[in-house]
Amino acid sequence: MPPSQAAIAAPAVQIDGLHKRFGDNEVLKGVSLSAAQGEVVALIGSSGSGKSTLLRCINLLEIPDDGRVLIQGEEIAMKKDRAGRAQPADRRQVDRIRQRCGMVFQNFNLWTHMTVLENIIEAPVHVLGQNREEAVARAESLLAKVGLSTKRDAYPSQMSGGQQQRAAIARMLAMGPQVMLFDEPTSALDPELVGEVLRVMRDLATEGATMLIVTHEMAFAREVAHKVVFLHQGRIEEQGTPEEVFGNPKSERCRQFLTREGQH
Amino acid sequence: MDMILSALPSLLSGAFVTVQLVAWSLALGLVLALLVALALLSPNRLIAGPAALYVFLFRSTPLLVQLFLIYYGAGQFVAVRESFLWPLLREPYWCAIIALTLNTAAYTAEILRGGIRAVPFGQIEAARALGMHRGLMFRRIILPQAFRQILPAYGNEMIQMVQATSLASTITLMELTGAARTIASRSFQPVELFVIAGAIYLAMNFLIAQAVRWGEKRMAAAA
Repeated sequence: MPPSQAAIAAPAVQIDGLHKRFGDNEVLKGVSLSAAQGEVVALIGSSGSGKSTLLRCINLLEIPDDGRVLIQGEEIAMKKDRAGRAQPADRRQVDRIRQRCGMVFQNFNLWTHMTVLENIIEAPVHVLGQNREEAVARAESLLAKVGLSTKRDAYPSQMSGGQQQRAAIARMLAMGPQVMLFDEPTSALDPELVGEVLRVMRDLATEGATMLIVTHEMAFAREVAHKVVFLHQGRIEEQGTPEEVFGNPKSERCRQFLTREGQH
Repeated sequence: MDMILSALPSLLSGAFVTVQLVAWSLALGLVLALLVALALLSPNRLIAGPAALYVFLFRSTPLLVQLFLIYYGAGQFVAVRESFLWPLLREPYWCAIIALTLNTAAYTAEILRGGIRAVPFGQIEAARALGMHRGLMFRRIILPQAFRQILPAYGNEMIQMVQATSLASTITLMELTGAARTIASRSFQPVELFVIAGAIYLAMNFLIAQAVRWGEKRMAAAA
């Protein structure tokens, strides 16, 4: 198979046998998962189930102890350090992978010393080496897309949570990511601000973005996701289409979880 | 009045020496402080340990003692007298700058360390998640925020450095205090001379305080 075809055939994200422990607490106990190009995967489960850790292992904000992560067929090379802990073998590869995997955080994490526009063009200019005018033009169209054109020169502290999160999404999009990771993007928002962020995410899903979303918004997962994955105590307990998982969960734990969340 | 007018040129040239001492030691001290702060934050104890010892020694002994040790002490060693540093170390001017630099760097390193650690971890993760390498993240995200954070404390340090330069008069340097004292001992009008010297120090520190306040105001929006 020629390389171009291999790249098309490879899933956007593939995870094999991922293990992660924090001290004595084994958070991920061998998780395997894949997301095809253009697929929207919702990761659900109660807190402590390991869903955020799983997401953070994909762009190596957490270093998995064991298992493989492949982004568009490229495996992230790992090695053991002298203490026997897993480490990325090549930091530059990690930086490269991260440029292709955008991430949106629960607490937005905009840089508070920069305006919204500066936040958005920072990585395109200094990481990708884009020319500043191009980056600004692109940032302005992204701001329009997330409905923040009037906020381009505002500082994060002058904006609502919903506005900050939309700006953070624009910052991620400015890198042109192949894969988008959302780590509970609406959990820190006041209820009336959740909708504006979900609307932006829904648009991205419609445009064919590959998205992995850790969320408590069951209605949103049901509506937007192609695949829903339920994690329980570090293992995938159930996965399938939203109809399968929400409509007729096979696992008792998943059924209980959905009942608590009022979705079953 | 005549005496004061005739003393003014010497006082002003003394003030100029003071400004040079402050500028040199603050500039060199800030660079050194940054390196020391990074060393303090290193997980490697072979790097963090010596840095912590340096900060401890220079913050726990009087600047005057450090100044004497460098000015009188360095010449005791043949190795120093024969080294390329001797042309510097035999000049009171450079001895004062070295002592002031080492002293302010120790205090500033400690301030900077706190400022760097105060940068919210989420903002560092955001930089990582966008593929920034360490150096870039440090330059663009961490340091600008750390400097904002430490500005008030660093303003204090700058003001204290202005006062500290007066100690250089004890190693024969004719900076502002040294000049005032020399003229006073000739003219027997110490009160007038030290009032003028004090007023010049006051003016310098007023400028520094205003600059710091202006900086803080400019950054207020980006807090």
